[in-house]
Amino acid sequence: MTESHDSLTPHNNVAKDNRAALQQQVMDAIDTRTPLNICGNNTKSFLGRASQGETLSLAEHRGIIEYDPRELVLTARTGTPLTEIEATLAEAAQMLAFEPPHFGDGATLGGTIACGLSGPRRPYAGAARDAVLGCQIINGRGEHLRFGGQVMKNVAGYDVSRLMVGAFGTLGVLLEVSLKVLPRPAASLTLIQECPQNEAIQRMSHLLSQPVPVDAACYHAGHCYLRIAGSEQAVRHAQKQLGGEPLKDSISFWHSLREHQLHFFLSDKPLYRVVVKPATPALNIAGEWLLDWGGAQRWLASDEPQALIREQVSATGGHVTLLRAGAQADVVFTPLSPAMLHLHQRLKNSFDPHRIFNPDRMYAGL
Amino acid sequence: MHPSTREITQRTPAQESLIKELRALLPVTAVLTDPEDLRPFECDGLSVYRRLPLVVVLPDTIEQVQAIMQLCHKLNIAVVARGTGTGLSGGALPLGDGVLLSLARFKRILNIDPLNAMATVQPGVRNLAISEAAAAHGMYYAPDPSSQIACTIGGNVAENSGGVHCLKYGLTVHNVLMLKIITIEGEFLTIGAETLDAPGYDVLALMSGSEGMLGIIVEVTVKLLARPERAQVVLAAFDDVVKAGEAVGSIIAAGIIPAGLEMMDRLAIQAAEDFAHAGYPRHAEAILLCELDGSNAEVSEHIMTACKLLTECGATEVRTATDEAERQLLWKGRKSAFPAVGRISPDYYCMDGTIPRRQLPHVLKQMSQWSAEYGLPVANVFHAGDGNLHPLILFDANKPGELARTEEFGRRILKLCVEAGGTITGEHGVGMEKIDQMCIQFQSAELSQFHAVKAAFDPLGLLNPGKAVPTLHRCAEFGAMHVHHGELRHPELERF
Ligand SMILES: Cc1cc2nc3c(=O)[nH]c(=O)nc-3n(C[C@H](O)[C@H](O)[C@H](O)COP(=O)(O)OP(=O)(O)OC[C@H]3O[C@@H](n4cnc5c(N)ncnc54)[C@H](O)[C@@H]3O)c2cc1C
Repeated sequence: MTESHDSLTPHNNVAKDNRAALQQQVMDAIDTRTPLNICGNNTKSFLGRASQGETLSLAEHRGIIEYDPRELVLTARTGTPLTEIEATLAEAAQMLAFEPPHFGDGATLGGTIACGLSGPRRPYAGAARDAVLGCQIINGRGEHLRFGGQVMKNVAGYDVSRLMVGAFGTLGVLLEVSLKVLPRPAASLTLIQECPQNEAIQRMSHLLSQPVPVDAACYHAGHCYLRIAGSEQAVRHAQKQLGGEPLKDSISFWHSLREHQLHFFLSDKPLYRVVVKPATPALNIAGEWLLDWGGAQRWLASDEPQALIREQVSATGGHVTLLRAGAQADVVFTPLSPAMLHLHQRLKNSFDPHRIFNPDRMYAGL
Repeated sequence: MHPSTREITQRTPAQESLIKELRALLPVTAVLTDPEDLRPFECDGLSVYRRLPLVVVLPDTIEQVQAIMQLCHKLNIAVVARGTGTGLSGGALPLGDGVLLSLARFKRILNIDPLNAMATVQPGVRNLAISEAAAAHGMYYAPDPSSQIACTIGGNVAENSGGVHCLKYGLTVHNVLMLKIITIEGEFLTIGAETLDAPGYDVLALMSGSEGMLGIIVEVTVKLLARPERAQVVLAAFDDVVKAGEAVGSIIAAGIIPAGLEMMDRLAIQAAEDFAHAGYPRHAEAILLCELDGSNAEVSEHIMTACKLLTECGATEVRTATDEAERQLLWKGRKSAFPAVGRISPDYYCMDGTIPRRQLPHVLKQMSQWSAEYGLPVANVFHAGDGNLHPLILFDANKPGELARTEEFGRRILKLCVEAGGTITGEHGVGMEKIDQMCIQFQSAELSQFHAVKAAFDPLGLLNPGKAVPTLHRCAEFGAMHVHHGELRHPELERF
């Protein structure tokens, strides 16, 4: 399959290669030392520190370039809407295994990869970075570079493609990304069980060492939700093993969790993403908790001081991102040790010596 | 270089004082300088490149590694890290005026944590030892290079090694959570975290496959997985390699991701059969080994589908292992394919290109044509599920000119892989061996970017210099060499 698909989206035939213009805009910005704010459709502008600079829009640089279901690889321009990619994959009964959150209608591939976002299936099928096979970028010297490729295994050169994932555009402008895709499971079922938080944590962590086809697990409002997936037989068998009540509208439940549309996420309190080892017992921080990723990613809506939250989570070996705080916060991600910050600055400098791309978006000074 | 020059070269006063300082830092048995003691470290698994290091150090604490690095940094001495030396691209090839830092004494398994599905080990722990230690909890470490009884986890991270179960469970990079490294300056850094992600850039990905160029790995935390309830392997024989290749695509298109999907051609089948007595059909042109794992019920369902598809794709024989012993035997044949081929030929040269699977017929055809042209037989072992080819070129290094012809043949194969939309190395790394082929795969600006990344970690270029990423100057020369080919590469190295 190439450029023109019978895609289900109304934006069909708008595939466009905007590379030359993008490269020119980067060159101009380098000449005038103007910072660029790289964006797709702005669905994730609330993530990270405040953006600054002139807009470099990738929204029109779009289209699926290559997709052969037998190769399990899809390559697209980064302005391509996720919905278009997902619809195309669905036609071949395939999917993005990392189940990316969209956080809005126009979510693009580039924004998803740059923010490194992964949904409920992440602990069981890998993160966005695990699916990335290759990319093309413009670096801060205005050069167009290719790394990785369209094959599953490739160890030629440093893994720059994966380095781009979650770098929030601070290292380069992503032009194209190749992803490993997977078949959709033939069957899926969600089982719920009422239980206290610590029991849910133990249960979800225990299942990591059991041969059960769990592909999502969360704890919300006194209930543990387990999603099982695989062949019809596998799902039926696992249902017997695990017990619990089948959830009726499970697709919409996991969708609302992934998209932060559950009632929980409507809280006025600041929202934190707390990442800990999955077996970590319930943390003693006042606020409301929702546990995703089998307990490894926990959402906290809390008015407690940020410093206290960071301190408590760090003590368990975890880290914290302030996701929504009313106004865009100054400290969003867990601060890096001085030695790591120094390494980050040198890496930033190696890609973007003039600090053109999304300066300060992740950390002040980066 | 003449075979014995190294031994008779006098050490410079600076080198003498380096050795003296190393002895002050380390126990007596941890500093080797006698040529006899250095000999085992002169090459890795690609033994056509050999060189004695100036000195071998065998630290066993992180503090010792730090002290060694600080010293080398101060004195501007290059350092090459080494695990077991099973690498197949000359990555651990020593430098005659450098320190070879062996991690062989870092052998402790520090923690197995089934509740958080992870294990923390020292870098010199063997790949298989992790799964053995995790077995008590019904868990294992997924990436399983064929060398897993010997190779170290540190070497696996440095090469981003794969194995026969990568298609479903990923490469090393997908199965590592955290590293502790010592930088060239002797600084201790924690990369990644015990959690599923870590703040900041994905430096963990950058370290995976970095071939000892960015830092010394002194501790590794890996992900553990639950052992599947059942694993079953199907063997399918074909009278045509292309049909076997098409069968691979059909299984995947049916929505099945096998745990392993491996292919061998006639020469490899025969060698492996003679060696392992695995019960392979000796006269088949190709066999596929397709392993399915999961719950009992799911495996049964997938086996039925796979057998049906394989038959539809023209398999002349399809059978499943009747018990665990037979399954192990079928895999033993595959995992011992390299040594098996080693028995039927004085020497063999293992290539490692990856291609999009649809290109398989084209690439195989071209290779067999070249094989006839060069008069050098090729046995093919293929991680078919993920398109990673291991053509083994059979040759005899004692025949004048045969090594050079073999290398030329190998270079053409790698170029072909790049032209087919693939890569020069799927899992064995660039090392010393494929450094010139990097010039084919990458443009100057990309290579410059790699050098800039390297400089962010190691501005003086003291970690494993001359490997993995060629200088632009080298690529320019390579372009020239291309015109008058037939020359020996790396004339500075001792040849066997
Ligand atoms: C028979 C055989 C079969 C093989 N099968 C496979 C296979 O199926 N899949 C596969 O991927 N590979 C395979 N290999 C290749 C090899 O086993 C792997 O590359 C392995 O990961 C190397 O581990 P090692 O400990 O021997 O590392 P070495 O060979 O000692 O070193 C490899 C590289 O890693 C660096 N390094 C080692 N340890 C460290 C450290 N602690 N810190 C920083 N850098 C370090 C070295 O400098 C060098 O560049 C095979 C090799 C053989 C001989």
